[in-house]
Amino acid sequence: MLRTSAAILAGKAVRLAARRRGGGSALPGLVAERIDPRLLATALGGVTGGIVVVSGTNGKTTTTKMLAAIIQAHGRRVFTNPTGSNFTRGVISALLGQVGVTGRLAADVAVLELDEWHALQFAKVVAPTHALLLNVARDQLDRFAEIDTTARLLTTLGQATTDLVVLNRDDSFVARIAPALPDGIQVRYFGVDPDIADQVPALHEADVRFADGYAVPPPTPRDGLLHPADARVFSVRCGETVVGPITLRQRGLAAMINATAAVTMARAVLGSSFHPRLATDALVRVAPPFGRGEVIDVDGQPLELVLVKNPAGFTVALSTYGDEPVSTMVAINDDYADGQDVSWLYDVSFESLRGPGVAMTSGVRAYDMALRLDYDEVPVQEVQPDLEVALGRFLTAYPAGPKRIFCTYTAMMTLRRMLAARYDLPDFGEDAP
Amino acid sequence: MTAKGRITLVHLYPREMSIYGDLGNTRCLAARIRRHGYDCVVHDHHPGMPWPEQAHLFMGGGGQDSGQSRVQDDLAVNADRLRGLAADGVPMVMICGMYQMFGHAFITHDGVELPGLGILDVTTRGQSTRMIGGIVLDTDFGQVVGFENHSGATVLGSGQAPFGRVVVGHGNNGTDGTEGARAHNVIGSYLHGPILPANPAVADALIAAAAEVATGRSFEPEPLDDSLAEQARTRQIARLRKTG
Ligand SMILES: [Zn+2]
Repeated sequence: MLRTSAAILAGKAVRLAARRRGGGSALPGLVAERIDPRLLATALGGVTGGIVVVSGTNGKTTTTKMLAAIIQAHGRRVFTNPTGSNFTRGVISALLGQVGVTGRLAADVAVLELDEWHALQFAKVVAPTHALLLNVARDQLDRFAEIDTTARLLTTLGQATTDLVVLNRDDSFVARIAPALPDGIQVRYFGVDPDIADQVPALHEADVRFADGYAVPPPTPRDGLLHPADARVFSVRCGETVVGPITLRQRGLAAMINATAAVTMARAVLGSSFHPRLATDALVRVAPPFGRGEVIDVDGQPLELVLVKNPAGFTVALSTYGDEPVSTMVAINDDYADGQDVSWLYDVSFESLRGPGVAMTSGVRAYDMALRLDYDEVPVQEVQPDLEVALGRFLTAYPAGPKRIFCTYTAMMTLRRMLAARYDLPDFGEDAP
Repeated sequence: MTAKGRITLVHLYPREMSIYGDLGNTRCLAARIRRHGYDCVVHDHHPGMPWPEQAHLFMGGGGQDSGQSRVQDDLAVNADRLRGLAADGVPMVMICGMYQMFGHAFITHDGVELPGLGILDVTTRGQSTRMIGGIVLDTDFGQVVGFENHSGATVLGSGQAPFGRVVVGHGNNGTDGTEGARAHNVIGSYLHGPILPANPAVADALIAAAAEVATGRSFEPEPLDDSLAEQARTRQIARLRKTG
């Protein structure tokens, strides 16, 4: 106990110092973790309503926000890592803000976003009661080198979970985790209603995916199925229970699927207390996480920032927005957080931009992006590697209509800062990519 | 069909062996073949499928371990064919995993020797550390830039020419300064990026050989505007030379 208190006090001190400097979110967690590796277990020991881990390649931050919002709307006290810092240390950093020196967290449910590797590290210290496994895509960060490796990490996470696992029925790498789970662990699925699946564009990257088929059992009333009504409105059906109609603040099919995942898990955690009305109300209020479809008012016209970080995400983003008349800019950097290898841009098809064209490419790899577009016969108006110059020219050249910027992580951070200075936007915490 | 003729481009195992954007090489070759005034047919060859009737140019990429094991049998079945085509001067560009499989052998961590096609006189050993990062080469096609990401360390046989000399990066094994291998019109290389879009001189050399194979006449190129590729290539080379 003494050790725990020391760890928490040390961590809190660093946290305070880091905040004053405006620094990153993981450092205080690192300090506390060094002092007491059992800190997590102690803090979460009093959380009796469920320890839920959300993992997968795409959509963790959005889904975690949605799930936490739904559970909160049901009157539960939720501990979550809202900064999108999806490493174990980020969780500890968040903990430090909420625990007393006894080290016990005053929360009913924990909803934690963790990347595939850190989820496993976390599970070694605290066994999750629930795991929500979203998808497996090759990430440009190359953290795990292989898609099969990533799938194995998620399988092990499922096996380390004590009560219930929610799987994506439409992702063969995730669905086939079911037969690998020990007896006694409940399995539920979320996904697009199989009856209408052919009306929904392909969501999983087509390259190098060849998991052996696993026949997903037909949906049960415990599973959540997405029913889009149009591009903005949808409902989630779980047997006779219908959540919706819902119009999210965040646009796009990917967000609808994240909401379907969140609803499925929320029902599992809340059991008979789950109320569709409360879930709907919570979901429509959820603000897009930083860079996930944030809309900024630029002189009366919407400017949307869309974070792109891997082929699957970029492909879904393009299919979501493809047919709207909008001026488009693409900004590609290649720092570590962006992915240093820009090869992945060639695993995305840009043909949907052929008609409208692209107004501007920017970022350190502006010319590589323009070249990529050229090979898909997409006209590019201007190439300007300097983000500030490019943004200025983009905004003044297209004053009259809606605008959209697809950007990698560090390009987004820079652009968001420039836009904040110009248009007096509220500050955002620095999310991990 | 255009007067110049038709070139059939075969992408070997696009599902299993096409990681880190290697598909971009196929996209680049097909687009440039058409821009040079030839018809282009892209044939995706999958394991177990019948061999294409026409084949004037081959592209193969990198893959996961599971991908490599999936194509091994098909490669063995077609080994003589591929060796014959290579000897006849059919151009081929083989990246990363397929480069390794075009060599004599791949020796795993635990000493298991997996035989390759032997079209390139190279041998690769599995290592625990990966060689990752931007890479610049001096080649017969000028300076070539890309991104390497491999754990195998490759050693050239005594008479085997490399594809290039490393200016920045690791190359075949991180020690002898060579990168890739070249024999006949076959290029093996670790460069992703992908290699061809930003290095059009390499792409056009392959296309020139393919045009001869396909038509029996020498390559009749069109002047293409490669200013974007030139900017992308030279800027990246300058950055890498400065930092690394
Ligand atoms: Zn590679």
